[in-house]
Amino acid sequence: MLATLEGAVTAAVLALTAVGLSLVFGVMRVVNVAHGEFFMLGAVLAWWVAHLAGGHAAVGFGLALVVAPVLVGLIAALADVAVLKRVGYDPERTIVATIGILYIIQQVTLMTYGPDARPVEPPFNTRIPLPWFEFTDQGFALYWPWGLSTTSYKLAVIGASGVVLLTVRLLMTRTRIGLLMRATQLDRETALAFGIPVDRVYAVVFAIGAGLAALAAVLIVPISQAHYLMGGDPLLLSFIVVIIGGLGSLPGTVVAAILIRLSDGIISVFFSPTLAKILATLLVALVLVFRPQGLFGGARA
Amino acid sequence: MLELDAINAGYGRAQILRDVSLTVAPGEILCLLGRNGAGKTTTMKAIMGLLPLMSGAVRFKGEPISDLPAHRIPGLGIGYVPQGRRLFGELTVAQNLEIGLMVRRAGRDTLEDVLGLFPRLRERMQQRADTLSGGEQQMLAMARALCLEPELLLMDEPTEGLQPSMIEAIRQVVVLMRDRGTGILLVEQRVDAVLSIADRVAFIENGRNVDTLDASALRADHSLIERHLGV
Ligand SMILES: Nc1ncnc2c1ncn2[C@@H]1O[C@H](COP(=O)(O)OP(=O)(O)OP(=O)(O)O)[C@@H](O)[C@H]1O
Ligand SMILES: [Mg+2]
Repeated sequence: MLATLEGAVTAAVLALTAVGLSLVFGVMRVVNVAHGEFFMLGAVLAWWVAHLAGGHAAVGFGLALVVAPVLVGLIAALADVAVLKRVGYDPERTIVATIGILYIIQQVTLMTYGPDARPVEPPFNTRIPLPWFEFTDQGFALYWPWGLSTTSYKLAVIGASGVVLLTVRLLMTRTRIGLLMRATQLDRETALAFGIPVDRVYAVVFAIGAGLAALAAVLIVPISQAHYLMGGDPLLLSFIVVIIGGLGSLPGTVVAAILIRLSDGIISVFFSPTLAKILATLLVALVLVFRPQGLFGGARA
Repeated sequence: MLELDAINAGYGRAQILRDVSLTVAPGEILCLLGRNGAGKTTTMKAIMGLLPLMSGAVRFKGEPISDLPAHRIPGLGIGYVPQGRRLFGELTVAQNLEIGLMVRRAGRDTLEDVLGLFPRLRERMQQRADTLSGGEQQMLAMARALCLEPELLLMDEPTEGLQPSMIEAIRQVVVLMRDRGTGILLVEQRVDAVLSIADRVAFIENGRNVDTLDASALRADHSLIERHLGV
């Protein structure tokens, strides 16, 4: 039960990160290896903002929640125009280019922020006891054991992630920029022939993708900590999630994130974390063999 | 209104078009004929700015447009019906048309006008474009281009794979647009399908345009066509 809730928190954050990666791949056909570094940058910027803001924890955190994703988005847009556009969005060259961006971001962070892991205080953090139930001789009984609890902040993370994911969905399906993004994704050349500024759409998509990773990191940083090497895991897990969920499929990505994290949490508790990682990797291999378009991806022409 | 001045273009280092020159006047249908692989589609893409020119110039209403970024060209009033339709398949009919309307910020009146020309689309506004029949898809490709109120219309084999009644419907729309003063550059395989409506015919062979003739001359002397197409 506790494993499930902890799993749900990390699943929510993973879903946000993976949706960013999936969006970038879907629209731009760019495999963004630097995605994890945008995540890390979000966490580190959150620490800076909270640190500089001072005052009540909620002020710094609230500020970080806005400033970090926006800043990271701007940096990403800059990287898109200055680097990815220059290599013509060629699939192989963008992989190499984003590896380069990865190291630049990582090393600059190490030089400025340092090698320490630093916490950000959550804006609120009330302990909420969780009920547990048991079948006794008297029948079904509910009770609140000491030590079994979550915090209001963790529940808020789950809620906030849900809201953001819903917003992304509405952005893609209901708005004009979403329409331009989907048209660009479906047929870049025809999009150009109908006046869609594909370059600008790409920059916006890359910024939104990185911004989502940064937002996920701001949400998780009060629970874990900000560290310059924290980008590796989210990158790897996002790739797993995006492959299982189907490239470019938003619902698929979310379901896959929940699947991976919940099973990871439960298997880790009852067996071992290594087994969980092995099973996740095995699942990816199976999906790649039997459903290359992902569990939820439609067949592509 | 459209003028290609000795353009050379191609894909990467492979040059396809060599010194292609042609003009289209307002209210005129210029038909571009040539064998498979002659460079007809490449000509269209070069006009739309989708291919960089190696040399030469494309002018529209007297202004050179070949230096503009590709996405600025449709906004000048050039509608494009690509070969193979190239609809945004996962989007609905309404969304495909909306993308056309956005190009020059056209409004409801334009949409109503276009749907008046293609009533079958009106019943299917919420249907996904890739679930339309072949004929309906071609109508949508035409309608999408008309939504930007084009002054010049480029159409690449709009009757490919269609039955005669559908070809007739499309031909009527083309004639109507011409009568409204739109310049039309029409690529076709089947000479007979267009000879009756074309004003002039340009022949292209191996990326060079060999001749431009009045359609009336071709109608009078069919052997001219056979000579130029080598069939
Ligand atoms: N993307 C591309 N890359 C390289 N070469 C291309 C590309 N597209 C077309 N070509 C080549 O350019 C030449 C002209 O092609 P184009 O599509 O313009 O012919 P077309 O006259 O439209 O023929 P069709 O009647 O079959 O449509 C062909 O030899 C073709 O192989
Ligand atoms: Mg062609």
